[in-house]
Amino acid sequence: MSGEDQVQDLSAAPIAEVRAAVKRFEAPEGGAVMALDGISLNVESREFVTLLGPSGCGKTTLLRAISGFEELDGGEVRIAGKPMTGVPPHRRPVNTVFQTYALFPHLNVDDNVGYGLDVAGTPRHERDNRVGEALERIGLSGFERRKPDQLSGGQRQRVALARAIINRPNLLLLDEPLSALDRNLRQSMQLELKSLQHDLGICFLFVTHDQEEALTMSDQVVVLNRGRIEQVGPPETLYHHPATRFVAEFIGDGSLFSGRVEGTAEDPMLTTGDGLRFAVGRGAPTGQMATLLLRPEHLEVAPLEPDATLGVIDTTLKQSVFLGASRKFLCRLGNGATVIATPTGDGTEALGGIAPGDALRLAYRRDRPHLILDDKVGA
Amino acid sequence: MTKLARKADTRRLAVLLGPTTLFLGICFIGPLTVMLIYSFLEPGLYGGVEWNFYHWNYGRILGWADGEWEEFDPVYAEIFLRSVRLALTNVLITLVICYPTALWVSGLSPPWRTMVVFLITLPFFVSLVVRLFAWVLILRPSGFLNASLLGLGLISEPIDIIFTETAVLIGMAYVLLPFMFLPIYASVEKLDHSLIEASSDLGGNARQTFLRVTLPLTLPGIAAGSVLVFIPSLGNFIVPDILGGAKVLMIGNLVEQQFLSARNWPFGAALSVMIMFVMFLLILIYLRRIGRAGANA
Repeated sequence: MSGEDQVQDLSAAPIAEVRAAVKRFEAPEGGAVMALDGISLNVESREFVTLLGPSGCGKTTLLRAISGFEELDGGEVRIAGKPMTGVPPHRRPVNTVFQTYALFPHLNVDDNVGYGLDVAGTPRHERDNRVGEALERIGLSGFERRKPDQLSGGQRQRVALARAIINRPNLLLLDEPLSALDRNLRQSMQLELKSLQHDLGICFLFVTHDQEEALTMSDQVVVLNRGRIEQVGPPETLYHHPATRFVAEFIGDGSLFSGRVEGTAEDPMLTTGDGLRFAVGRGAPTGQMATLLLRPEHLEVAPLEPDATLGVIDTTLKQSVFLGASRKFLCRLGNGATVIATPTGDGTEALGGIAPGDALRLAYRRDRPHLILDDKVGA
Repeated sequence: MTKLARKADTRRLAVLLGPTTLFLGICFIGPLTVMLIYSFLEPGLYGGVEWNFYHWNYGRILGWADGEWEEFDPVYAEIFLRSVRLALTNVLITLVICYPTALWVSGLSPPWRTMVVFLITLPFFVSLVVRLFAWVLILRPSGFLNASLLGLGLISEPIDIIFTETAVLIGMAYVLLPFMFLPIYASVEKLDHSLIEASSDLGGNARQTFLRVTLPLTLPGIAAGSVLVFIPSLGNFIVPDILGGAKVLMIGNLVEQQFLSARNWPFGAALSVMIMFVMFLLILIYLRRIGRAGANA
């Protein structure tokens, strides 16, 4: 390997690497729970990466393993290429925005934000400049003398952010920082966080259980389940091409149908155990067990004479829900399963007078729904 | 409507606060007033009081005395200062013992925490006098402590601990330990652990985290514990009586003697008023200091 290559390798080095991380917790009932079950992950600098998963999936444990508050039982964490095993939290070049903000109640905003500089012994003049700069960045100039209990939830959130970026970390860890905010504030903070990350040019590693939040903000989403990584990818990939049934269920709306791919390569059909048949994209491997993901936006009102590019399903309308911009139809299939459709194309106007119990024939372009082949179908 | 509501409020307040007010009025303010008045009366020849204004009781302690009536004796001020010194030392001893203990206990798992707190309050179940006599058995020249040290060869002849200031301090620290522990433990346990993590996350080492976060946030517990230990230490007379013997006289013993042996009630009352006054002053200064430190920290 030439020297030039090595330099390139260095510049492309991930800001944080997790290798085969294992963490066990004692369950209260006895026995061990695997919080992290062999997780390996690379986090690139300048990226907004989200750890997404249901509660108990290990996402917070992974974050705490990186910040140094949890010791791993196996594997290792590297930050900026340096192994972090045995390095205490205060020596790691990362900072955290805590879920509860953890602002120091006895210190005012100025001293909270300046804490990292104060313990580092930064000269007074530089310290004051940087604190002022950070407060200006988050729009809280003039609040220096306030104590945390004199701030609103959103303001506290901002102070926590300013405090965490004052040390200019390579990697900012955010542990569900928006979960305590109300919906409107949360949405505007999502956009602010995203632009802050862009401006600072550092990596944000963001933990959430809210898939919408993850899709809105992230460059990369890491989906975790039971201490394992289900899939890593940009939001679009996760949404349109989930690798596992778990990811398909966790992200977005949709219905899943498992069965065997039958028919010819030209006209493959997925046949479920209870006899439903779905046309799937050409080239699907016949004979394979697979799971079909039907998203609401895939489904339109079927034309009178559907051609071969369409898959058609016959349903009975259960309920229609007005969403403002569109209308959502909950439809029952022959086996009792429910599909959700949000049709926008031709024939949608005709649905104005439809009532629950009426028959409704829906169609989708057969190459649109994603097919998860069975060797990848998770538990 | 509002008038009626206010009336109902007043009535409810009267019901809630009435009994307390009555009790404190009769059992606290009353005796205190009697004591204050007595401290300015002339002692009777065979006990009791003569109803004449008489400030020499204070003169005996503070330095003005008319040789004809009363003698000024610096020994009272000496005893007074010794009592204050011992009480302050005791506050320090209990604080140094209890603060690390409270930090340690708060880190235990909940069932163990409850257990330890229970154990710390356990001595209250046994009579104070009995416990102090147990200390006599431990500290006396032929006692457990000296026997152990002699047996281990650490000393060649028994050391005198009993009937010294050291014995009094050991006894007072032992008796008053829970009063320091419980308020400190309450404030330490209330401490949000994520604040410690936040400090560490921002680069604060263990010492910085303790000085900048843990200590200022547990200062109220320290203040409460110090006051709770200082007050009973200053006026204590059982511990010096049993462990201090005749050598270590504290202000509490002096008051006891004046009331029970010398039957000079006005002088005993004057001494008590002095104790209250000094206590009040010291606590006021202390709490102000702590309050300001808490605000600036």
